[in-house]
Amino acid sequence: MSEGIIQPDQPETHEAHAGDKDLFSKFDDIIALREGLLSQGREDPFNLVMEKVLSPTRAICNGRETILLGTYNYMGMTFDPDVVEAGKQALADFGSGTTGSRVLNGTYQGHKECEEALREFYDMDHAMVFSTGYQANLGIISTIAGKGDYIVLDIDSHASIWDGCAMGNAEVVPFKHNDIEAMEKRLKRIPEGAGKLVVLEGVYSMLGDVAPLAEMVAVAKKYGAMVLVDEAHSMGFIGENGRGVVEDAGVIDDVDFIIGTFSKSVGTVGGFCVSNHPKFEIMRLVCRPYVFTASLPPSVVATAATSIRKLMHGSNKRAHLWENSKNLHSGLRELGFKLGTEEPQSAIIAVIMPDLEKGAHMWEALIRNGLYVNLARPPATPAGMTLLRCSLCAEHSEEEVGQILEIFEKAGKETGII
Amino acid sequence: MDRAEVDAKIRSLIEPFNKKGVEIKDETTFQNDLEFDSLTVMDFVAEIEDEFDIIISMNQQAEIENYGQLVDAVHKLQADA
Repeated sequence: MSEGIIQPDQPETHEAHAGDKDLFSKFDDIIALREGLLSQGREDPFNLVMEKVLSPTRAICNGRETILLGTYNYMGMTFDPDVVEAGKQALADFGSGTTGSRVLNGTYQGHKECEEALREFYDMDHAMVFSTGYQANLGIISTIAGKGDYIVLDIDSHASIWDGCAMGNAEVVPFKHNDIEAMEKRLKRIPEGAGKLVVLEGVYSMLGDVAPLAEMVAVAKKYGAMVLVDEAHSMGFIGENGRGVVEDAGVIDDVDFIIGTFSKSVGTVGGFCVSNHPKFEIMRLVCRPYVFTASLPPSVVATAATSIRKLMHGSNKRAHLWENSKNLHSGLRELGFKLGTEEPQSAIIAVIMPDLEKGAHMWEALIRNGLYVNLARPPATPAGMTLLRCSLCAEHSEEEVGQILEIFEKAGKETGII
Repeated sequence: MDRAEVDAKIRSLIEPFNKKGVEIKDETTFQNDLEFDSLTVMDFVAEIEDEFDIIISMNQQAEIENYGQLVDAVHKLQADA
């Protein structure tokens, strides 16, 4: 599941109405829904502008100083002096952009150094950097699973995974979220001799829950499937070396591909796949979302490489982030909010709202009181839930978490949710 | 299993999902007549898959719009299995 705004992660097919001429008429329902929400005088949760960014945890939003609690900037690397300096230097030395594909004129020294940093970070043989995390899933999944192959995936998968499935020609077989038995049943029924790819995520971003990867990867291997795990929401702080839930669960050596992003813990933009597959490098020639797009600007890969190397030694920050997550979880629970997980499992804490209207009301009360969180609503959410999704940062101080709880208490009482 | 038996089995499986008690005919559609959302589709498909020990991939599901098409597809899939 993604930070999808008002779209489901699984691509929808819009039904055409007879006699329609305007191709946009298929969006009328969603236009009406949005107008309905805004006509109640609410601030638009999907049109927030940050006029100034003061730090990884503070910004001026719609004219107000706001604590940021919905940015996925888990490790707070966006203003790290070394990271910023590396970007400035690369901008000066290599210019503003590459204007080319990785396989033509778009591979600079910085791209190679960034891939080197990833290989070291994950202790893997191969690393391939994409222009976004979305393209990494789109490219790898659609390229490796072809006609006659089967993709078995969790129903709550991120939009980029679904779109990778839709772009390829494999048979797509979803199973109930985090249900090991449902996954095994499907693997068992796949015809003998067919290629199999199991796609999982370490942390699911809607509820912040973790997958039972030790069991799931073992089952996938038992049926001879290759395994791809998206660790977008765990890099840098889950697992001893920050390699993700796969490391924490002790199955990193059994996983064939790890997909990740630079737009969360790393603090810039871009995506990647790391692997030990001996033939992995061929992906650079056959993976269309890698080939047919311009590579990342030199400043971006320089900031990413610097950040990744610093994340290797981020154990103190990691410990503080976990403290923050535990404090926010227990504090919200004590205030009487309903949360997405019983225990804090990641740096995402999802607060479950009674319905969309109350959720939008609460979101607005929070922003007016100087706190930004993500409003997540159906159909992007599991089971039609409306969520206020909070993602913590290692740079949130203990006092800030206290302030966040005070704002939640005030807004919760104003809106009658607690 | 012949088509009539498959039909009878699916008819009993669909009952708990048919909240409005819509009359099930071959041309009854899942999206418009039965108003199944994506979660209901997933649960309903899982029930059928478990009952017949088959896979109905999303690619195949995309071709199935009404009840009759579902019975035909399951009849074929379980015969091939």
